[in-house]
Amino acid sequence: MIGFTLRRLLQAVIVIIGVVLVVFILGKQIPGGVASIALGPRRTAVQIAHFNRVNGYDLPLWDQFYQYVRKLFTLDLGYSYAHNEGVEELIAQRLPKTLSLVGVSTLFALVIAVPLGILQVVRRHKLTDYALTTASFVFYAMPPFFLGFLLVLFFSFDFHFFPVSPPINSGGWTIFTDPRAFVMPVITLSAITIASFSRYMRSSMMDALAEDYIRTARAKGASNSRVLYGHALRNALIPILTLIGLSLPAIASGALITESVFNYPGMGLLTVTSALNDDIPTILGTTLVITVFTVAGSFLADVLYAIADPRIRLGSTI
Amino acid sequence: MTPRDDDVNPVTEALAHQPTASPLGHILPPVDDTVPPPAGGEASSVGGMARQIVTVFLENKLAVVGLIVIVFFLLFCIVGPLVYHTNQTNAETALNGVQNASPGTGHPIGTDNTGYDILGRLMFGGQASLLVGFASAGVATVVGVIYGAVAGFIGGWIDAFMMRFVDMLLSVPVLFLLIALVTIYKQSEVLIIFVIAAVSWLIPARLVRGETLTLRVREYVQAVRVMGGSRTRIVGRHIVPNAIGTIVVFATFQIADSILLLAALGFIGLGIPAPGTDWGSMLSDGVNSAALGYWWEIYPAGLCIVLVVIAFNFIGDALRDALEVRLQRR
Repeated sequence: MIGFTLRRLLQAVIVIIGVVLVVFILGKQIPGGVASIALGPRRTAVQIAHFNRVNGYDLPLWDQFYQYVRKLFTLDLGYSYAHNEGVEELIAQRLPKTLSLVGVSTLFALVIAVPLGILQVVRRHKLTDYALTTASFVFYAMPPFFLGFLLVLFFSFDFHFFPVSPPINSGGWTIFTDPRAFVMPVITLSAITIASFSRYMRSSMMDALAEDYIRTARAKGASNSRVLYGHALRNALIPILTLIGLSLPAIASGALITESVFNYPGMGLLTVTSALNDDIPTILGTTLVITVFTVAGSFLADVLYAIADPRIRLGSTI
Repeated sequence: MTPRDDDVNPVTEALAHQPTASPLGHILPPVDDTVPPPAGGEASSVGGMARQIVTVFLENKLAVVGLIVIVFFLLFCIVGPLVYHTNQTNAETALNGVQNASPGTGHPIGTDNTGYDILGRLMFGGQASLLVGFASAGVATVVGVIYGAVAGFIGGWIDAFMMRFVDMLLSVPVLFLLIALVTIYKQSEVLIIFVIAAVSWLIPARLVRGETLTLRVREYVQAVRVMGGSRTRIVGRHIVPNAIGTIVVFATFQIADSILLLAALGFIGLGIPAPGTDWGSMLSDGVNSAALGYWWEIYPAGLCIVLVVIAFNFIGDALRDALEVRLQRR
């Protein structure tokens, strides 16, 4: 188990190093360099040269990379010239909001999707099964922002049921203290994952039902519900852990859209507003931080999977 | 799919061990359907296989519906503007017209908040959405197939390195990477195609690499090697054609995903730059108007996106079934 965890940790660290390198290279692609962002359109060649010398942008690339990594270790993610603030400070204010939104939405998706998947298996090849499959197709194809708009139009403008957006001074905990404001964002963010989780749950359960131990259980005279919930469900649930780990990047992308629709000041909205202001240092900072968190999340999911299913850590090929 | 099974595709692995129809199947290479059959030779069996695929595909009613929807939208976006003439590029002229006109008054589904006719705009924006969808899925598939086939065929530490690179990019949330790329390299239609392709080639690279690993140890590939076939020939003429099922199915789903990615970019405000547009940008432009009750400014564009994406998903599902049948009967 420790061996598996260490190997998996090493893999996560390598991925993060790679992402740091990619983000660094992207930062070097800014047309005109950081100087063009910092000094504005009326910059002169002398000013640019001075700026580059002061900030070390005239050093050889490997040296710049070394400085960049050294700064990362002190949690210095660069400077946002649009906000006049360090990128890490901008992110520190917004990260908890995104994390709580993503966490609650993922849990919500599981709570809805697992029973749905089971229902589809119990009623397999019947009307309920087909109706739910069709519904999951529709939700999978529905762009999250379109779903978000529809929710806002119906429940905020027509029925005044939910507020248009969470309170503007929301912190990471507001989702728990003012859940009404978050009903629509959570539904929007969960829609796609509910669709894919329930489809996966359905096929995972079907696979489990085809296993030998199910036949054994039936042969011993176990009732249908005992076979379904006692044997198949427990084994079908384990692979969902992996699916969550794999879905984390997609959920983070969904959070970006959801935050923009509902004007919720998290990492995603920060990235979008920065993109419209050409604030590239901030975009690179949020991309790096959000990736580190998705990698960490996938790592946790895989370790939990290995704890739940001993076959993985023994026959591991990672 | 779990992260651990990318080495071996369980389906192809299982099929690889199935006995072939011919008693001599294990020493005869399977029919390579990309090589033209000798005159009067195996034409019937190859034709039969194609017919079988078409039959299985057409038996799936959802797939036929999907195909009809796609053909309809292609005609709507490409032939539509030739029949239904509207101004879609001159904002000044549009501003002189009626803004937010309701459906019916000379504009079948009204005008938007600039004054553009929405029906014409759906055709105009749809051209961009479909073009970007097809083109970026095409680029992503070609790049992914080459990358995956090369990695799988070379093997060893080069393969490990190439695949870790894919894992790494896959762990970056796609919209963040997309926004970074679009902001740095500025928007233009061509660039958006390549940027969407740049974040989409990873999955086919993985799929094709998995297929390559199972295909490269097959007898017929070893036979080509013994006969002195070059690596390029093995990959290009034998491995890639035999992985074509996986590739086609992926490409179909990717068109849908690319259209959704472009729509997301459009929604953020980073879509096709003005005076062009796409369905996602139309939705984004219509948000404030829709709150005022001008529903025709968002529903049509949203509906177009949902219909096209569902249609491609139906087709992809049916293709997967049809090609699996082909594999099973091979």
